[in-house]
Amino acid sequence: MADATVTTPGRAPARPGGAPTTAPPSRSNGTSNGTSNGTSKGARARRRFTPSYATRDQLTGYLFIAPQFLGIVFFVLVPLGLIFWYSLNEWNVLAGTFRFVGTENFEKLFADPKIAPVLQATAVFSIGLVVLNLGLALLLAVLLNRKVAGMTVFRTIFFSPVVVSLVAWTIVWGFLMQDNGGINGLLQLVGVDGPNWLREGPTAMASVIVVQVFKNVGLNMVLFLAALQGVPQEVQEAARMDGASDRQLFWRITVPLISPTILLTSIITIVGSLQVFAQIAVLTQGGPGISTTVLVYYLFQQAFDFHHFGYGSTLSIVLFAIVLVLTVLQWQLRKRWVFYEN
Amino acid sequence: MRSAKVLTGVGLAAAATLALAACSGGASPEATPENVDLRMTVWTSNEDHLALFDSIADAYMADHPEVASVTFDPLPFEDYTTTVTTQIAGGSAPDLAWILENAAPDFVDSGALLPLDETLEGTEGYEFDDLSESATALWHDDSDALVAYPFSTSPFVMFANDDLLKAAGLPTAAEMQANGDWNWDGVSEAGAAVHTATGKAGFVIRDFDYTTWDNLASVWMGWGAAPWSEDGTQCTFDSPEMTEAFEFLHDAAFTKQSMPGPGTTADFFAGESAFTVTQISRASLLTGDFAWNLLPLPEGPAGEYSMVGQAGIGVLADGPNAQVAADFLAFFTNPENSKQLAQYFPPPRVSQLNVETLAATNPTLTPEQIEDVVIPGIDTGVTRPSHTDSAEIGQEVRSALDALWVPDADIPGTLADVCTSIDPLLAG
Repeated sequence: MADATVTTPGRAPARPGGAPTTAPPSRSNGTSNGTSNGTSKGARARRRFTPSYATRDQLTGYLFIAPQFLGIVFFVLVPLGLIFWYSLNEWNVLAGTFRFVGTENFEKLFADPKIAPVLQATAVFSIGLVVLNLGLALLLAVLLNRKVAGMTVFRTIFFSPVVVSLVAWTIVWGFLMQDNGGINGLLQLVGVDGPNWLREGPTAMASVIVVQVFKNVGLNMVLFLAALQGVPQEVQEAARMDGASDRQLFWRITVPLISPTILLTSIITIVGSLQVFAQIAVLTQGGPGISTTVLVYYLFQQAFDFHHFGYGSTLSIVLFAIVLVLTVLQWQLRKRWVFYEN
Repeated sequence: MRSAKVLTGVGLAAAATLALAACSGGASPEATPENVDLRMTVWTSNEDHLALFDSIADAYMADHPEVASVTFDPLPFEDYTTTVTTQIAGGSAPDLAWILENAAPDFVDSGALLPLDETLEGTEGYEFDDLSESATALWHDDSDALVAYPFSTSPFVMFANDDLLKAAGLPTAAEMQANGDWNWDGVSEAGAAVHTATGKAGFVIRDFDYTTWDNLASVWMGWGAAPWSEDGTQCTFDSPEMTEAFEFLHDAAFTKQSMPGPGTTADFFAGESAFTVTQISRASLLTGDFAWNLLPLPEGPAGEYSMVGQAGIGVLADGPNAQVAADFLAFFTNPENSKQLAQYFPPPRVSQLNVETLAATNPTLTPEQIEDVVIPGIDTGVTRPSHTDSAEIGQEVRSALDALWVPDADIPGTLADVCTSIDPLLAG
């Protein structure tokens, strides 16, 4: 019980964690006798080797966050720093040269005639995906939130694409969307000549969006389902007794109560939509023309296909900035529309 | 708060260490002669190919105890060059790498590959002078040093499905040739007839798929066309010859329907098309389900021609075991092993380009097919177009050519746009 000598019972209240705070160390002066000097030295010696509860608490806390902290340092901050460094250099991998070019890559970015159409394609993809994905996921969740026999089967069916390999899923859809593929085969049964989905500008982007929506809508659907099941029954019943219609019940009661989940899914979906790559690489390779060349695909091409690692790094900084701005924006705007019970 | 400072300090120090390590290029201490591990990237994952490579490597290691292992590392063909360069960037470059001919100028001009003349010439019994001059042409650097061994020189040929031709009431491919109809117009007419009669496809330029446009060189060479001037500085996509060649292809895809249109696939080796242009090595895909024949590429308006696809094996100059890797390459491609490898990869050795060698190792092909098609194809074949910055040029051309693959395309206008897109890259 060494700590008893350094705490002041009754004066130092227990902290929420249960550990009392440390008392101020006693000071010695010239008038102190030998006994008091001895006690003071002994107390200092004990404090040196036995950390207080508070210090232990702090150390424990730091140890708990250490793995995550180191992970963020090594796998987020260091790569981020390196990306900034690479963006100021030009790296010829084959020749083995690494040359400092300053802001040259950023100047190239502003002069790149492709960056505008690439950003436009990225925006179209993201908006299309987010609107379709969230809308469909909410609709499915509402429909599947009923107590009907066999509903679990339907929930499983809609969720199952989430666990399928992304590339396998995309390859299969690539076959289905060929000119002579399954979708046009079905359309022909009803006398319709389908377009060449992946080869024509207007349909190629829509096709990529739809393939991605079907792949991941189940994930948002499950999150919405969980949120819907958390909406208090009594609130809904009270609204009904007050004469609220189904429409009013949904928009005035349900949506505000699940708005935190809507915020979460929208952030996840927007960030995910900005990082789409495999679907583009497999389905369209950025074409026709560059109509489906989104930012991640473009930066991959620049860095790994064309070996412009410096410029690719610059593009990844642009992507980082876009994700950061959109996330911060959503986080700030939440105050206006997200409902928190407390 | 002192703990937080300490932890932050440790974190930053570790980050700085990692950053410095990454910037340093990952240099490793030189491997000891007793413990050399060689790694060679390849794009074949064919078990027979890999078994043959392993047997040659085993024989080498038996005489070279300093080499502990030789690993053949198959990488997907589609991303092969990208993966190899990424490995180089990541500090895990292979010791040896297969290199596609379209990436050859980048690898050769950059100085990434070790000159091999001295090692190959100095290897007893190597017969360096036996290497064909045309086969090695792509692999010499500015100082005329050979920097990669032309491992596979495989001619592009035309396979024909005689059963489908007969089902459409047409003469077989050999009869077409005997009748003087073995030209692109004849092939397109026959392909259209097969499509009409059987619903199967006419002719397929394998692996083109309306994206890998350089495979179309096997067609446009028949018109005497080329994508750029010989010195690589001028775009010639908009030349009259190239325009006529693309008019022929567009007509075949959208009017005659003798060639599958964009977004439509047909596999010759599954019996889904009458003809296919591909490399001789694809003969291994023939299963005997239908009667087939092998012929040279059809004659174009500019006359007879042939094209080869090529792969080289190079030694990465900056690798820690570069000289050992070069020695292994000399063993891997010596006359004896070249003869073994010839069953899958047509060799660059003049003495081995004969019916005796190639027939013994290519049981699928008849001696006549080897003599009439394979050997002349290698002898006179021109390699597919290549250029420095081939990936970027390839992407620009693909992107611009997309406008051509619609029924009402403006062909001369699109080809002019192709030149507009790639002119800056050719000039650079």
